[in-house]
Amino acid sequence: MTGHEFDAIVIGGGLHGLSAALHLSRANRKVVVLERAWVGRHASGASAAGVRTLGRAPQELALSLEAMHMWHRIERLVGDDCGFHSHGQVRLAESEADVEKLEERVALVHGLGYQHEELIDRVELRRLVPALSRHCMAAILVRDNGAADPHRTLIAFRRAAEGAGAQIREGQGAEAIERTGSCWTVRVGADRYTAPFVVNVAGAWAGRIAAMVGDDIPIGTKASMMIVTERVAHFIDPVLGAVSRPLSFKQTDRGTLLIGGGRQGIADLDRETATVRLVELASAARTACELFPTIGEIRVARVWAGLEAATSDQVPVIGPSPNAPGVIHVFGFTGHGFQLVPVTGAVVTDLVTRGRTERPINALTAERLMAARSVAA
Amino acid sequence: MSHKFDLIVLGAGPAGMSAARSARALGLDVAVVDEQPAPGGQVWRNVEQATARRAAEAFGSDYEAGAELAGSFRTCGATYLTNTQVWQIEPGFRVYTRNGGDLDILFGRMLLIATGALERAVPFPGWTLPGVMTVGAAQILMKSADEIPDRPVWIAGSGPLTLLYATQLLEAGGAIQGILDTAPRANRYRALPHAMRALACRDELLKGMRWIRHLRRSAIPIIRDVTEIEALGESQVEGIRFRTTGGNESTVPATLLLVHEGVVSDIHMTLALGCRHEWHDAQQCFVPTLDEWGETSEQGAFVAGDGSGIGGVRSACAAGEIAALAIARALGRLSAAEAQQAAHEPRRRRARALALRPFLDELYRPRSQLAHPADDTIVCRCEHVTAGAIRTAARGAAGDPNQVKAATRCGMGPCLGRVCSLTVAHVIADTSGRSVAETGVYRVRPPLRPITLAQLASIEGKEIAA
Repeated sequence: MTGHEFDAIVIGGGLHGLSAALHLSRANRKVVVLERAWVGRHASGASAAGVRTLGRAPQELALSLEAMHMWHRIERLVGDDCGFHSHGQVRLAESEADVEKLEERVALVHGLGYQHEELIDRVELRRLVPALSRHCMAAILVRDNGAADPHRTLIAFRRAAEGAGAQIREGQGAEAIERTGSCWTVRVGADRYTAPFVVNVAGAWAGRIAAMVGDDIPIGTKASMMIVTERVAHFIDPVLGAVSRPLSFKQTDRGTLLIGGGRQGIADLDRETATVRLVELASAARTACELFPTIGEIRVARVWAGLEAATSDQVPVIGPSPNAPGVIHVFGFTGHGFQLVPVTGAVVTDLVTRGRTERPINALTAERLMAARSVAA
Repeated sequence: MSHKFDLIVLGAGPAGMSAARSARALGLDVAVVDEQPAPGGQVWRNVEQATARRAAEAFGSDYEAGAELAGSFRTCGATYLTNTQVWQIEPGFRVYTRNGGDLDILFGRMLLIATGALERAVPFPGWTLPGVMTVGAAQILMKSADEIPDRPVWIAGSGPLTLLYATQLLEAGGAIQGILDTAPRANRYRALPHAMRALACRDELLKGMRWIRHLRRSAIPIIRDVTEIEALGESQVEGIRFRTTGGNESTVPATLLLVHEGVVSDIHMTLALGCRHEWHDAQQCFVPTLDEWGETSEQGAFVAGDGSGIGGVRSACAAGEIAALAIARALGRLSAAEAQQAAHEPRRRRARALALRPFLDELYRPRSQLAHPADDTIVCRCEHVTAGAIRTAARGAAGDPNQVKAATRCGMGPCLGRVCSLTVAHVIADTSGRSVAETGVYRVRPPLRPITLAQLASIEGKEIAA
């Protein structure tokens, strides 16, 4: 048996884990990241890498806006621009009913005191996205939103975290977590890792890690599917979504089209697989072809699904464990965690170094989900 | 057409045709899906056409047997889908097909994968230059379109196919500038202990010796013990630089270079299905793990033919028949005892055919340089990823092929990683100090064959029979 002592143990080598490791290391904490497979194996590597504040729920909006600020300076944080471009994010209305929903949404955001979401009309929409089908009537636009390159982001966050002193151990799956005095001991095979703080960023498996420290947090699983095509000539700048259909549509720097939006495949947590349901994914292709009538002949290069945790109210759990002192939960991003990556590590670092944070996470507690369950029961 | 079958066979080569014919004789409802317009697979491509058969007969191949099998396959009552690609398979079994612009989903209670082999990737400096192609591709042109190169060629590599093609090319009036034989000298000594057993396949050995004699008589320069090759040229092959065991380096002018370093099992389908695979050391490739009937780790999914390790035509035919028996047994058409009894003869036939294999495997074991390309050699030609970039990505990370793929884009191009996956496994294994077997290959993601967005959209909401 070998022993390893740290200030914090991060369980999960996805982007949120790397962000936590980076911020903690910069705050001079000795950190180890325990990753069961390899860095970016699941949701982080399968992400569409949308960077959007558009459409965020009020509970996570302020946090998302801070993250947006960080994305515009991402090179200062991780030494690479992560392939981030802010060509805007657009949410389309395809009917009068859709337009009404957009108007309500913009009113809500303005009512909260934010001005970043703006309603644009048919003319402005056509100017912005000339290739778009004529039936689209209006849209919400957030100009400083955009998208990044998920793999570049993974490499950048990993290098930055390691550069700051964090240790990253791949192939190290946490098997048990025990309380030893004022510390936690994480068991991985014959190895023992000990630290006063444990950060649970285990994505789709975070519920299982939470259970190891006595937190019974109800979470679900998502296996969101994606399509990437062959490279084609540049024809669209912003990232597109739609009001009444699941869609995320963008063209990457290298010219491929990335089509997603949350159509669900089959998740299997035990086999650690996410399987594509092609007949379902066909709907995403259909939606994309309807919105862009000229793309039908473009060839599909690959399709895939990624595994992550989903909560009943669609916003993540970010905050201290209700039962286990020193344990911090960061999971349940429900299909839109990528944009929050730079800021979640900062929240974790607040909690580890000061025992509290001024960042707005009050609506993101684990307790809210646990309470919802006891009410339901 | 009904979309439900007892058995779906992928591939109408020797194994697929044999299996379909046997399964039909046992009363099964069978569909055979094949990419070609006519039965035969690669080895018996165009076998129904008299000219191809005549040409092949000159070399004493099994073409007569092929024509006979193709004939009886045509009339066996299987639903035969030609010009049809399979772009995904799922447990259960769902087979997603494409014929032209038409997409369909077939349902099979059992599945037999008989998709054969593909040529081993041969990464060397300059291999992506126009003017370099594989011997296999050149042979397809000859078999299917009677096309031969319009200028003299250099042939570099090893393996029976190089000999066969060179002989066929000369017969057809083509010209060969020279042959660079890359089979390591040590192979001959390693093969020797297996020679006695190989004598069981005397006719096949004689066939090979006839090819070699033919080439020797032709006075074409044959340079042996070639260890390294480089194709030279800016936008097109202009020359070849090669080195032999002694370290001698030569440069020769060339405009067309055909390369071949043997064939390996095509495991794309079995990978897509999630079957277990194992490393076949003698053949230096991965093969699906099979039981004695050819069943994979996924119940109901079988493999027969070169897709389960290179065994040749006769072995493939026998394996197809054996798998059909197990499939009929699983569907309740045969008792276990009946299946065992019936498998006796094809098993004996298969064992006899495989007696040659250890000898050939050693004789044509690929030179180790293929597994260790230099840093500046391109490994993934679709995305132009070099061996050096793969080594960099593998270093300081877990070294999983999927992780390296994400970091470098190797294997993300239109070939879907088919060409480079084995080389990438070798390069990562080297870098991380593990075996190739431990390293493994990329996960396979659909579509296994290209489809367009509009075609994908066309299967929206398609009800799948279950």
